[in-house]
Amino acid sequence: MNDILQGLLEAGRLVVTLDPDLIEISIRSLEVTLSAVLISSLLGIPFGAWLAVKRFRHRRAAIAVLNALMGLPPVVVGLVVYLMLSRSGPFGVFGLLFTPAAMIIAQVIILTPLIASIAHQAMREMWAEYHDLLISLNTTRWQRIKALVWDGRRALLTASLAGFGRGIGEVGAIMIVGGNIDNATRVLTTAIALETGKGDFALALGLGFVLIGLAIAVNWLIHILSRTEVSGQW
Amino acid sequence: MVTQTILPLRLRDARVRKNGRVIVGPVDYELPADGFTIVIGPNGAGKTTLLRMMHGMERLASGAVEWQVAEKRARERQAFVFQIPVMMRRNVLENVAYPMQLHGSSRKQARAEAARWLELIGLAEAAERPAPVLSGGERQKLALARALIRKPEILFLDEPCASLDGRAMREIEAVLQSAHSEGTRIVMSTHDMGQARRLASDVLFVHRGRIHEDGPAARFFEHPQTPEARAFLQGDIVE
Amino acid sequence: MKKLFLSAMLMAFAAGAAGADVMKMAVTTSFHNSGLSEILLPEIKADLDLEVQLLVVGTGQAIRLGEAGDVDAILVHSRPAEERFLAEGYGTHRTEIMYNDFVLIGPADDPAGIADAGSATAALVAISEQKIPFVSRGDDSGTHKMELSLWDGAGVGEDVRQVEWYKQAGSGMGATLNTASGLNAYVMSDRASWLKFGNKGDLELLFAGDPVLFNQYAYLPVNPEKHPHVKADLAGKLEAWLVSDRAKALIDGYRLEGEQLFTFNAGQN
Ligand SMILES: Nc1ncnc2c1ncn2[C@@H]1O[C@H](COP(=O)(O)OP(=O)(O)OP(=O)(O)O)[C@@H](O)[C@H]1O
Ligand SMILES: [Mg+2]
Repeated sequence: MNDILQGLLEAGRLVVTLDPDLIEISIRSLEVTLSAVLISSLLGIPFGAWLAVKRFRHRRAAIAVLNALMGLPPVVVGLVVYLMLSRSGPFGVFGLLFTPAAMIIAQVIILTPLIASIAHQAMREMWAEYHDLLISLNTTRWQRIKALVWDGRRALLTASLAGFGRGIGEVGAIMIVGGNIDNATRVLTTAIALETGKGDFALALGLGFVLIGLAIAVNWLIHILSRTEVSGQW
Repeated sequence: MVTQTILPLRLRDARVRKNGRVIVGPVDYELPADGFTIVIGPNGAGKTTLLRMMHGMERLASGAVEWQVAEKRARERQAFVFQIPVMMRRNVLENVAYPMQLHGSSRKQARAEAARWLELIGLAEAAERPAPVLSGGERQKLALARALIRKPEILFLDEPCASLDGRAMREIEAVLQSAHSEGTRIVMSTHDMGQARRLASDVLFVHRGRIHEDGPAARFFEHPQTPEARAFLQGDIVE
Repeated sequence: MKKLFLSAMLMAFAAGAAGADVMKMAVTTSFHNSGLSEILLPEIKADLDLEVQLLVVGTGQAIRLGEAGDVDAILVHSRPAEERFLAEGYGTHRTEIMYNDFVLIGPADDPAGIADAGSATAALVAISEQKIPFVSRGDDSGTHKMELSLWDGAGVGEDVRQVEWYKQAGSGMGATLNTASGLNAYVMSDRASWLKFGNKGDLELLFAGDPVLFNQYAYLPVNPEKHPHVKADLAGKLEAWLVSDRAKALIDGYRLEGEQLFTFNAGQN
């Protein structure tokens, strides 16, 4: 109990003093995860919608695989991306290992199935609703996907925010591919792991509280900007 | 603009099967190029399925649905108002504008045209309301405006007045009659015999998945040819 | 498609990395935990205009990083692994820089009585005979390898080190100390990690000073013949600095809670 209190105090101290290291790693956390969420949403949302609209032979199998991919252990993703990006791996020439780009790539792999799967769920419901109209209007597949994504944008925002939640708290993959380099690839979660390793529980916990606060702030901000709660009649 | 009419529509030995059971057909029928056709028949007779089949929305177990032009082009010239209209999750104006935007109209053009239709149909005041909050009657009006905005050559309607009060019903009927007088072919199902008598130029009586009897409205209502049609008109239970 | 995506990302991030020279060096957790890097890196930056990015990993992984060419040099402390690294041509040479020492930690009441042991060997034998809990790194790190060689030297074979008292944490020094603290068990640690460790609980430093516990650090640049992209020139500059009198003064002068941790010994063997 005392440790937790100390963690809270530490969090307060870090925030009040605008600790420069804290600000730097918080910004990096946001940069990495927001980039990954953006890319994953651009990939996952159209894919989820496409999966809802298109009937093909192995559709069920594809959905099952997608749902299974949601459970990918980040450490495994990290290891595979690491081996791909390593100088002796297939994409080694790009020199991306231990850079924020590598962290984004790993998170995109982790987040895309999650976002696609939630998007598919939402799009499937909407497709059941819209099916007759869109078929009757002789729409192309692309027009169908566009209508579903546009009209379902609030539900899809939830998918992206779920991705953000998973990404911002993720440590296994980005630790491996980012290397937790001070001033280069250290983010909130890897810093927490580091401080825990040193036995400095108060600082680790303080960073943890900052992380939670940041996640809440981002969710809140996005809800305000999109006014989901105000105009949420449907 | 209409280079070639898509009518008449010809159904040849058309059959729709669901769960291994033929629910409509076989139907052999030619829908004439002109007229206001009313489809009647008991619940579960197959009216909805027949209309959807004509519109090309049911997979045929046999036979064919033939228009005078290729199926894809024919579909562009048709519109359908469903028994339960789909309310897209956007406002009323944008719901009505949507079909025009699909066809390359600019957003501005489409919205201007949609506003004109809303005025015509008496929904102008609700233009900025989200469509999913509309009442049953308003929904039917929206669906009708959305179906007519592309000036279809033929319009199918599946019980468009099922849950409407007398006034709303008359308003919709007026819109349909004016569309018909401007050359739109109309095929509509209803359970309201008064409405059928008011609107029909000819009648399709559907019974057990088949077109049991068809003909000009005057003859059908005065001298039904089959015992089933006679019983149905008298309000008896048709077996 | 994938390539395109990757190169776009590459360009986005390459743009931000201008300025000072940058090189990557893999170091062991124990070195980083000592806090010495926080003293040395800013001085290196000031003297050489060189930013050294540290990858803090176990010895095993540090060597893998060097073999793969993902870092430009490694700073580790496991002689047999270093020599294999050189023999296989991954490194150009090995330069000894400094040493620190390992210490034996345990519960304050010292149930095995190792505080008065005459040697590290005697201490370990006492723990094993009484089967008092002992937490091992168990992660194939330099520290772990050192610990294993001590057990073998004490004649306590793998068959004797049973799980009922010998726990393999499979993690870094800090996490292993956390585990020992939680179990109130014996544990071997480098002195620096122990001094910096914040969750000591009931643990105390019980035994140190036996020369077998000394721990030699060596610097190995990655061979540019194997990996042409490595920054051999920067690695060379850093090496010259690490063996200089300037480095000697900083290393010997570094104090943690009043104790000297490292002894500079470059060029002495
Ligand atoms: N997917 C389906 N699977 C099995 N049976 C179906 C399916 N769709 C429709 N049917 C059956 O086909 C028959 C005709 O249905 P349809 O909806 O065309 O009737 P309807 O004449 O429009 O009835 P109502 O007047 O009640 O609207 C009904 O018995 C219905 O239960
Ligand atoms: Mg029906």
